[in-house]
Amino acid sequence: MSSREEILARLRLATGDVTSRPGERGPVPVSAATAGAAQDTLELFVKTVTDYRASVGRCTPEQVGAEVAAALVRARAHTVLVPPGLETSWVARARDAGLRLRADEAEDGGPLTAHELDGIDAVVTGARVAVATTGTIVLDHAPDQGRRALTLVPDQHVCVVRADQVVHDVPDAVALLDPARPLTWVSGPSATSDIELDRVEGVHGPRTLDVIVVC
Amino acid sequence: MTDLPAQETSPTFLGMPSFQHAAEAALADTQQRRNLAHATATIRAKRAAAVGEVDGWEDLRLAGAAAKDEALHHLPHYLEQLEAALTARGATVHWARDADEANQVVVDLARAKATDEVVKVKSMATQEIELNEALEAAGIAAWETDLAELIVQLGEDRPSHILVPAIHRNRAEIREIFARRMGAVGRAAPDDLTDEPARLAEAARLHLREKFLRARVAVTGANFAVAETGTLVVVESEGNGRMCLTLPETLITVVGIEKVLPTFADLSTMLQLLPRSSTGERMNPYTSMWTGVTPGDGPQEVHVVLLDNGRSRVLADEAGREALRCIRCSACLNVCPVYERTGGHAYGSVYPGPIGAVLNPLLRGTSSEVDRSLPYASSLCGACFEACPVRIDIPSLLVRLRTQVVDEASGRSAEAASMKAAAWVFGDHRRLEAAQRAATLGGRLLGDRTIRSLPGLGAWTQARDVPTPPTETFRQWWARTHGDDEGDLDDARGQPVVEEQDLGGAGPHTRQEGS
Repeated sequence: MSSREEILARLRLATGDVTSRPGERGPVPVSAATAGAAQDTLELFVKTVTDYRASVGRCTPEQVGAEVAAALVRARAHTVLVPPGLETSWVARARDAGLRLRADEAEDGGPLTAHELDGIDAVVTGARVAVATTGTIVLDHAPDQGRRALTLVPDQHVCVVRADQVVHDVPDAVALLDPARPLTWVSGPSATSDIELDRVEGVHGPRTLDVIVVC
Repeated sequence: MTDLPAQETSPTFLGMPSFQHAAEAALADTQQRRNLAHATATIRAKRAAAVGEVDGWEDLRLAGAAAKDEALHHLPHYLEQLEAALTARGATVHWARDADEANQVVVDLARAKATDEVVKVKSMATQEIELNEALEAAGIAAWETDLAELIVQLGEDRPSHILVPAIHRNRAEIREIFARRMGAVGRAAPDDLTDEPARLAEAARLHLREKFLRARVAVTGANFAVAETGTLVVVESEGNGRMCLTLPETLITVVGIEKVLPTFADLSTMLQLLPRSSTGERMNPYTSMWTGVTPGDGPQEVHVVLLDNGRSRVLADEAGREALRCIRCSACLNVCPVYERTGGHAYGSVYPGPIGAVLNPLLRGTSSEVDRSLPYASSLCGACFEACPVRIDIPSLLVRLRTQVVDEASGRSAEAASMKAAAWVFGDHRRLEAAQRAATLGGRLLGDRTIRSLPGLGAWTQARDVPTPPTETFRQWWARTHGDDEGDLDDARGQPVVEEQDLGGAGPHTRQEGS
């Protein structure tokens, strides 16, 4: 018998006493209530993201370019990765400020290698959804966010979130996501508490996370 | 159903002494006790605050338990669904009956990629099967990339906590380990390394980054595997998980078969329960979800190893199976007064603390000394059940396992033998009365002499005298002082007269043996 057949046979034997059928428990209860006022949700999101020692800025759609440039300059970035589907106006001011913009494209036309990504200081992206109760942004790596490595290897991540992308709680976000896409949930910068439970920001992922909320 | 194969105790823990014996050394280690007391108190306070923010935490716990039970009760169904979903998305699924089989799959895959190293994300399943040792034996270096696992690996030590494996080490010890060992396996620690946590984390970042950037094969576990969609989930903090899941060409995920969740929506429950229970955070910094292969993004060769290794045996135990709900959050460790004083090593497994005390004997059976002793590694205070996000009733399972340990020893202990004899005597009133008559006869023969010892009870009577049997039983006294009408006796006790008519021995005996 193959390992597969043997394990399945063991499990059928082990669950011989079960009389219910799969799915009989009904739909998954979603216990988190979706909050009423959008403004409250937004305020909560700003508070929880700030708690995670990410820097949070709020601006109008016209001000995004200036906010992004300011965040990059603040972290002393020189080279900035721009995903293929990013709104070009978001990084126009950064180019004007003398920062070097890079696409995810190597000399040979293929994507950048891990070593090339390691030489880049920052990345600017959009997001799929954001969660107020937990201070989380969720990336689904659509063209405005780029493939997963882009928001991982550079040391600074500037993430632009539209106010209408902020939901109240985790179940609201899960309901919006497409499981067929790779998904990355980000709550603050990379961190560890492994040494005497002292929280240290910045281990392997980006050490600086700037969230810009557009209302 | 114990004919299903038990997990073999790994060579590391084989022949370990009982918990009580191993704990003695841990209790004497004042440095470790200080580290543990500080760490568990800190996490306890954080967890309480994070849980307190959530309205309806109890409803979430119930939903979490229901999701895991749904998956466990129909595990063959959901595993086949998971396999089909993964395969449809370009992943290759392997099944492993035990640790050896799982290790062989990983070794073969690494060899096929002609690599002599793999990067690893912290994973309980791969620790359980001792994958690092198997890879090393095959000439393949396994680099642990979680900071705490790196500390443990470089220190040639063993993890002592599910979530913070180096909880028993303080910053000075960690600095010493990094300074002494990093250079031998890669980028050395800087000469001016201090014991500041930020400096130590920076040293780990630099040491590991060169490994991430060149690695071609990564090995990981998974916190959840969604049957409906084939989605695998890794919950972490440092970004080392994202590095391993994203940069290499080949990704191998070893998943215990109990990690299955029925639906994607179940993640909304679990992602609320796990971080708050585990690190006491509203959410952990990074959660990665991937479903097979995504063209142009991340590893283009994705393997999933579904691991049994004793889990089907636990599932066959109708009461014990709820232990398989465990999502490895470690909340039960942090609230346990026994764990706080002994640390994790005394439990003889990668699963320490209250959940380890039930899971290990269930997975491995009770043939070893350490597994027999684990159900007693508890004060039964109940804090672990209160803290468990999926409501595993650990105290009740411990009591049940204690019974099992005693039962299995029966016939070999004087206690078990005398209990068995007592059951036989009490099972029938005529035997009881005969025994009582024999005892009172002994009492009359002995008079008021004290019994100092009895054959077979040598140890028990070393510090005690055996009470002299009375010269008359209660029944004999009642009959003598109230006449011999047994019906009056039953009336006096408020018992139904008719039902108990044959107490006196008259009439046909209709009661069943041992009822």
